[in-house]
Amino acid sequence: MADDLVLEMRDIRKEFPGVVANDAVSFDVRRGEVHALLGENGAGKSTLMNILYGLYKPDGGEIRLNGKPVSFSSAREAIEAGIGMVHQHFMLIPVMTVAENIVLGTEPVKGGVLLDEASADRRVTEMARTFNFAVDPDALVEDISVGQQQRVEIMKALYRNADLLILDEPTAVLTPQEASDLFEILRSLQREGLSIIFISHKLNEVLEIADRITVLRRGKTIETVPREGATEASLARAMVGRDVLLRVEKAPATPGDVLLEVRDLHVRDDRDIEKVRGVSLDVRAGEIVGIAGVDGNGQTELIDALAGLRAIESGSVTIAGRELAHSNARHALDAGIGHIPEDRQRRGLVLEFSIAENIALHDYAKPPDARWGWIFPKRMVQRARTLIREFDVRGGGPFTAAGGLSGGNQQKLVAAREISRDPAVLIAAQPTRGLDVGAIEYLHRRLVTERDKGRAILLVSLELDEILSLSDRILVIYEGEIVGEHSGEVSEEQIGLEMLGGREREAA
Amino acid sequence: MTAPGKSPSPPPAPEEFGDPGTLAARLAVKQRAGGIVIPILTVVFALVISIAVVAATQHSVHTSLVAFKEIFDGAGLNWIAHPTTNLQNLAAYNLSQTLLQTSTLILTGLSVAFAFRCGMFNIGGQGQYFVGLIVANWLGVSFAGMSPLPHILIAMVGGTLAAAAYAGIAGVLKATVGAHEVITTIMLNWIAFWTVSWLIGAGGPLQNSTDPTNPVSNQVAPSARLPDFWGAQGFQGVHIGLFVALACVVVFWILISRTTLGYEVRAVGFNPDAAAYGGINVKKNFIRAMAISGAFAGLAGVIDMLGGATNYQYGQLDVPFSQVGFIGIAVALLGRNTALGTLLAAILFGGLLYGSFHGLGSSSVIDPTLASNIPYIVQGLIVLFIGADVLLMSVWGSRKKLRWRSSKPAGASA
Repeated sequence: MADDLVLEMRDIRKEFPGVVANDAVSFDVRRGEVHALLGENGAGKSTLMNILYGLYKPDGGEIRLNGKPVSFSSAREAIEAGIGMVHQHFMLIPVMTVAENIVLGTEPVKGGVLLDEASADRRVTEMARTFNFAVDPDALVEDISVGQQQRVEIMKALYRNADLLILDEPTAVLTPQEASDLFEILRSLQREGLSIIFISHKLNEVLEIADRITVLRRGKTIETVPREGATEASLARAMVGRDVLLRVEKAPATPGDVLLEVRDLHVRDDRDIEKVRGVSLDVRAGEIVGIAGVDGNGQTELIDALAGLRAIESGSVTIAGRELAHSNARHALDAGIGHIPEDRQRRGLVLEFSIAENIALHDYAKPPDARWGWIFPKRMVQRARTLIREFDVRGGGPFTAAGGLSGGNQQKLVAAREISRDPAVLIAAQPTRGLDVGAIEYLHRRLVTERDKGRAILLVSLELDEILSLSDRILVIYEGEIVGEHSGEVSEEQIGLEMLGGREREAA
Repeated sequence: MTAPGKSPSPPPAPEEFGDPGTLAARLAVKQRAGGIVIPILTVVFALVISIAVVAATQHSVHTSLVAFKEIFDGAGLNWIAHPTTNLQNLAAYNLSQTLLQTSTLILTGLSVAFAFRCGMFNIGGQGQYFVGLIVANWLGVSFAGMSPLPHILIAMVGGTLAAAAYAGIAGVLKATVGAHEVITTIMLNWIAFWTVSWLIGAGGPLQNSTDPTNPVSNQVAPSARLPDFWGAQGFQGVHIGLFVALACVVVFWILISRTTLGYEVRAVGFNPDAAAYGGINVKKNFIRAMAISGAFAGLAGVIDMLGGATNYQYGQLDVPFSQVGFIGIAVALLGRNTALGTLLAAILFGGLLYGSFHGLGSSSVIDPTLASNIPYIVQGLIVLFIGADVLLMSVWGSRKKLRWRSSKPAGASA
């Protein structure tokens, strides 16, 4: 069976001006297997898949699909050959229904022009049942969850008779529960004989779902290994090229004074729904307090209120002894808040600004960056140079636009800015979302270092692993309330249960 | 992959190619990449198509080329062949009039560009220009007999501040109730137009005291008039408003690139969420940027009033019916909202406007109605092409890619 190859890519080469993105990369997929493509950001995974999908033309090498050499010059040709791709960013039309989205472009037609809705609906329903998708064909895409939207993308590919499915970092946007639902679906697709290429940089997932794993590093194939025998440590080493510390090493915390004090905080969201409902918490100097919770339980509103970006309805926030009188980001910054925001592209950075200008985002109006309204660009650049070196931001100099950096380097840039301001309290919201192993390791180590320097760190993350490995104390948030607090050893299951509001049910 | 801090900066990693980011952000990156080539291409395309349109309507390519030669000469650009400072020379006179037109367009262009840099579309330049005109007229008439320097300063500052306050209304409405500036500035245009019409209309408070039947304002007192630096007896000369406009180009650049105010404006313009997170008061910036934008447009009205026009005549001078505020939009767009770009685009439009109206319009090469509409055809095409500039850029980009491929030996790598 080993020679029943659906796909063979041999010695693929792709160059961009100044960069060799793929250098003699070889990769194959057997029928009915899940083959993971693992590598850091920039390792060449997406380039390889874009070549396969007809979006890029390779500079060298050979692609065989079902034994026949192929060369796609557009995605349409790849789709016709039975390749389906689910991108990280969905390409759905929010105001149309699930069924309409799925059939879009290949609509069943009656009378030559009219959309045959009934038939579209029937086929979609049938497909949803076969693969157990649990998606309502008549629902509008804008009304369904991200996880369901992803299933719609997969169904779209299946509807076009894909038998080789490419999933580009599919779990990046999912909650842990949604991710395990996705894995169920992938297994059922596998049973139907589909082959799946699973692009990821998350080791635990790859080990859970993949039959074989190919690791890319800096545009080259490092190894292809079966899941059996592979470990997180061995894969991480192959990815990064050196041994990686997967567990965060840290000494026990030595908490000092309370630097962040929140009392009975109530906050409403943009739709005027009360999302934070009476939260009280303390974070002391020299400790990391982690807030665990399922997305949408008030974390965003809580952080925004602490950072002065959202009105506080009632309650108080005190930073290093200074109470935030009214919601004002400037006030919070001056009181000693450092804030690594959960969305670095929307909020943490002005992508069009240079690295130097982004580093100045909070202090552009203060010496040494400016005096009496006059800006000194040279000083900004100088400071940027120092921080680029200290925080190992790669991919450009002080004048490079932040938007040109990779995700990991963008996050390092944000961290550099926030930490260099010497804040008493550092809020890190989803600090490693979408980052690769090397960058995660760096940021985790950095957070622990900053803790040891005596900062109070509030870590908010949807990744339970991250919370468990970094936090000295864990708070669980559920529907805007703190429902659990743990400072010693605690099991993942216990916290998982509380995240779903389980404690109340247990007590009942 | 690349050593940090190395210049020139490396291209983005290929993995980033398919990355998201807003359309505006992608445009910004592409615009930076397109540099000065794209605006020049835009102009060339617009001119070529205009020439084709004229050729088609006149059934003669030759006539069309002659017509555009007339525009060139009408703008006084043939002056370069025979430079003289004597305004009785036709080319020199034409050039002087082009410079007057350019001065106004520089300021209305800077006005639109400044608001754009803060993420706002100020279509109210025309109204703000009227406010500058009428307030400068009022102050220029009022303090007759004052010594020139303070009188000019009072009229200039007064007119500019009035226009700034007027534009500020749109900023306040946006910041407080979220009214879109496109709507409010258009409404303010009409309010300004009809208010001015009433002020100088029969019986109006600013109506000419010696000529009570005509809708005309009083003449600005000689002490408030901007002196000419290039003129001749009996000919309209070029007044120092040109230097005011050029100074504003420098002021614009300094404000945007070298002050905290400019930093805030740019941050808000690119990404208001990130600006707010950075501690910038976004609402304050909307109001302030709108006011500064209005100040530039108002100053255009001021120098037109104190320089060339000296009074305001409903329906007689072309001042009230001018489109300089609107042409400022095209100037700013073509100039990529930068100081230097706006200056260059203003020169182009200044020459085009004056050259068509007075060069082509007075000759009989083509139908005068068509002649007077040529600048609007070119302007319209330029705006259209700027809108399509992603298309132009991809044309430009693939051309470059082809060149890259053919010039690079296979297998060579960094």
